[in-house]
Amino acid sequence: MVIHTYIEYMGWGAGGWGDEFFFGFLMTLKISLSAYALAVIFGFFATTAKLSKNIFLRFMAVSYTTVVRALPEILMVLIVYFTVAGLAETALVKAGFVDKGFQFNPFWAAVFALAFVAGAFMAEVLRAARLAVPEGQIESATAIGMSSLQIFMRVILPQMMRHAIPGMGNLWLSITKDSAIVAVLGAFSELLYTGYRAAAATKEYVFFYGVTAVLFLLITLISIAVIQWMERHLNRGYA
Amino acid sequence: MMDFFNNVFSWLPELLAATPLTLILTLVAGIFGLVFGTLLALARLSNILILSVPANMFMFVMRGTPLLVQLYLIYYGLGQILPGTWVRHSVLWPYLRDGFTYAVIALSMNQAAYNGEVLRGALRSIPKGQIEASMAMGMTNLQILQRVRLPLAFRDCLPVLTSDIIILLKSTALVSTITVLELMGTARMIQRESLQIYEPLIACGLVYFAVVMVLTNIMRPVESRLTRFRKGNA
Repeated sequence: MVIHTYIEYMGWGAGGWGDEFFFGFLMTLKISLSAYALAVIFGFFATTAKLSKNIFLRFMAVSYTTVVRALPEILMVLIVYFTVAGLAETALVKAGFVDKGFQFNPFWAAVFALAFVAGAFMAEVLRAARLAVPEGQIESATAIGMSSLQIFMRVILPQMMRHAIPGMGNLWLSITKDSAIVAVLGAFSELLYTGYRAAAATKEYVFFYGVTAVLFLLITLISIAVIQWMERHLNRGYA
Repeated sequence: MMDFFNNVFSWLPELLAATPLTLILTLVAGIFGLVFGTLLALARLSNILILSVPANMFMFVMRGTPLLVQLYLIYYGLGQILPGTWVRHSVLWPYLRDGFTYAVIALSMNQAAYNGEVLRGALRSIPKGQIEASMAMGMTNLQILQRVRLPLAFRDCLPVLTSDIIILLKSTALVSTITVLELMGTARMIQRESLQIYEPLIACGLVYFAVVMVLTNIMRPVESRLTRFRKGNA
């Protein structure tokens, strides 16, 4: 219960856990950022499919968003993590690209799993934002002879992003928190797994899980500031 | 392929037997969460700083950190502190050796923070005229709260509260990490014992999907009954 033991615990190097937590913090940010970027891509694909005229595409997209949003994140992450890593490994080995005993990089498998879950929620946010763009805008753009790509880039995207930002901001906050779930896989040291190892090694559970919680809170605080700035930026001219 | 599906279905009875525990966790944490969430919302809106500041901090911390971290902090943290205190020799001890108790505490606190935030918004959006009218009738503050503010606020945010219940149900899967053998915990136990990787997880997914769908469809008539006074909801 002496203050200087705790300072020692958070020291840099072999004796302390300071450097481990620092890199764990970076790892959590890396996982969250990669998963978020991938989730935006999944979300755009799913939204496009949902709003398309093709019944098969629509069915696929609706099943994806319905099923993923109805299952617990931890279950989805486990299923996708094992399936993707397992199937991709088998496929690559069979195709002869890699040697036997090849193992998929667990980082990308975990990122893919998180993004797969977040993508379903992202699709709903983007769909609502896309529908908030008035039809007249798109008709006008067609009338002056813009191509579909031009319409999307110059008319739809700038206007839908304004509506999408609050939902996308919430999703970013939940993806940083959901990234803690990959600690259950125990494959690499993000924030929670670092806290878990530190707590197990020293038996100082309150202290190290407390540190973990504070660092997650720090991510949330910084994120909220950035999201508010972006909202103001995209809403300029509307206030 | 046939074998695969046979395996999936063979795990269903065992998983269905674990479903009541998932539902109990949801129900208990849902009720505690609603009660404490209401108190939190009222504390946050109060003019007394000693109530509003801690309520505000509690809600921010619970909503800003992962539930999994909160679970670990409560389960392992209390496990580190409690044995050295009077609690060790009290009647509570047998319950405090069970992961279930910690799961309920963590889930309730988390749910209370989220419900509190929703209710705070609903309480604030009640038209001033309603409260002024009740004051003009000579109601006491408690009466206004009971008869006007809370009923209006609850109906206003009911759709959000029901979707929070679904989110809570999905969050209960996380307590499998602190040794509670609910649906997810049972699936992972089967996974370890049978050495099948996918089948127990897929079967577990089927059960969750069914439960969520049933729950969503139970909520819908309740929601439309409680909001039947709204336009277009007749």
